[in-house]
Amino acid sequence: MSQSRIMPAFRPTISFTLLYLSLVVLIPLSTLVFKSFQLSFDDYLNIITNKRVVAAFRVSFSTALGAAVIASFFGFIVAWVLTRYPFVGKRFFHALIDLPFALPTAVAGIVLATIFQPSGLLGKFLKQHFDLQIGFKPAGIVVALIFISIPFVVRTVEPVLQEFDSRMEEAASSLGATRWQVFTKIIFPNIFPALLTGFALSFARGVGEYGSVIFIAGNLPYVSEIVPLLIITKLEQYDIPGATAIALTMLVISFLLLLLINFSQYIVRKRSGQL
Amino acid sequence: MSIVLSNISKNFGDFSALHDIDLEIPEGELVALLGPSGCGKTTLLRIIAGLEQTDKGKILLNGEDKTDFHVSQRGIGFVFQHYALFRHMTVFDNVAFGMRVKDKKVRPSEAEITRKTHALLELVQLDWLHNRFPDQLSGGQRQRIALARALAVEPSVLLLDEPFGALDASVRKDLRQWLRSLHHELNVTSIFVTHDQEEAMEVASQVVVLNKGRIEQQGSPAEIYDHPANVFVSKFIGQTNEFTLSHFTADWLKQTGLYVNENFAPETVAHVRPHDIEITKATNETPVTLKDWQHLGALIRIELVKNLPHQTPKSVFAEMPNAQFKSLQLNRGDNVDLKIRHAHWFN
Repeated sequence: MSQSRIMPAFRPTISFTLLYLSLVVLIPLSTLVFKSFQLSFDDYLNIITNKRVVAAFRVSFSTALGAAVIASFFGFIVAWVLTRYPFVGKRFFHALIDLPFALPTAVAGIVLATIFQPSGLLGKFLKQHFDLQIGFKPAGIVVALIFISIPFVVRTVEPVLQEFDSRMEEAASSLGATRWQVFTKIIFPNIFPALLTGFALSFARGVGEYGSVIFIAGNLPYVSEIVPLLIITKLEQYDIPGATAIALTMLVISFLLLLLINFSQYIVRKRSGQL
Repeated sequence: MSIVLSNISKNFGDFSALHDIDLEIPEGELVALLGPSGCGKTTLLRIIAGLEQTDKGKILLNGEDKTDFHVSQRGIGFVFQHYALFRHMTVFDNVAFGMRVKDKKVRPSEAEITRKTHALLELVQLDWLHNRFPDQLSGGQRQRIALARALAVEPSVLLLDEPFGALDASVRKDLRQWLRSLHHELNVTSIFVTHDQEEAMEVASQVVVLNKGRIEQQGSPAEIYDHPANVFVSKFIGQTNEFTLSHFTADWLKQTGLYVNENFAPETVAHVRPHDIEITKATNETPVTLKDWQHLGALIRIELVKNLPHQTPKSVFAEMPNAQFKSLQLNRGDNVDLKIRHAHWFN
């Protein structure tokens, strides 16, 4: 008999995992890769170095990054409030957090566009008092992405905060640490890996987001046009090779970025003894 | 540093955890707060530490009123029941933490911190583990690291919450001895909470017995054992047999030595330790028969039964050395006479 494993059922579960990954993720994505092989390398380079395409990439990744950073910050605070303090209407608040998960993103996009457009409720206020325009600008994309991605951060950080052993805080206090030191040296380092996961999720979601963005973005080429929109546009023009080339590039960059985030998470965990 | 608590009371909602606790602990003592679970001992410890606020009363450390001081300003070291080591830091960083968070003006240099941390780790005999994370340590090792971490800030008072509660029996025994000798070496006023009376007697120089939020008795282990102040203390510390005097005839009481005088209160109860009962074979009918015995090593525990009219039979336990029991040549079911060497009477 081959060596026996401590955990049983390795074979059926790994088979299922591979099957699932193949059917749902790998086969569709590899089709994308094969499709793009129909292009010569020069054609491919021409498509993706097109000025408009490069600008769209810049818009997509920078807004997703900005939104993920802001969502991580606010999401952390929301998760903190939800776990740390008792208050009236907490359950209602909880349900509210998940709403962006359930809402069709187009609905969110239309609503955000309506209030943030220069004549809209908030848009008018911001224009008058701060001379700031959110709607139909890259800033609008960031707003939409924050809306979409905050629940990812809240829901990943919340359980970790909940399980956090508050005796560690008491111990730190008893050793003379100030409240700020307790937060920065004890609480935050323990929550950080989860926050990084939340950040990665919201970033990934932000890069691929389409529905909520196109209504508020204004979709001005070179300024506020996102990559997913560009892909759709190409498809509508039956430029399938062009669409696949852009999609593949996006796929590779996203994958590399997620790999990078996962790797930094590995380092963080390793350094804090969680691995 | 001496500790004085005056008039401490604490309520959690409707539940009153502590009532008017007055307690003085002289400098250098190793004190056990002993009581059954839910008696308020941990709450009292947390109030002294400043992890819990008292509803009323005062806490004086070395004559200074520290009642309204934050836990970080009290100069105490606290060892938590489950150690509460910082999971994301190595053993070394855990111990160094208290020195590193000090205000810049009073913070020792990093070299000094390193030196002191290693010295503390050597004190708890675990310097070889300084690179490990808490999750990689055994319970006993974590306990000692928690202690080293608390000592790093040179506390004037060391507070330990159930320090041996989460350890297995053999480790617990070693650590008890070790804590005693460590206290001897450092001589820092220490208070530990325990529900284990044996542990309190073995480790502490002073024992404070708590029940239902009140102090029942305070004294040295010998005082508490030999002169329990009331029924609760007598029953809680060590093993005790109860004899309700009104259940027995005056003749029998006189013969055993439990007799007080002819007009004792009807509810008077005599408490007798197992080793204060002497047994001899009886020739005539007696209210006590021998039921069974168990070997406890050097001693033998003898189970006797009180057979009283209109009462359910109750067991009485006596203890004596093995050899003595053998020489009595007793069998199960024998009637026995008792001779009580020492008893406490409570009304």
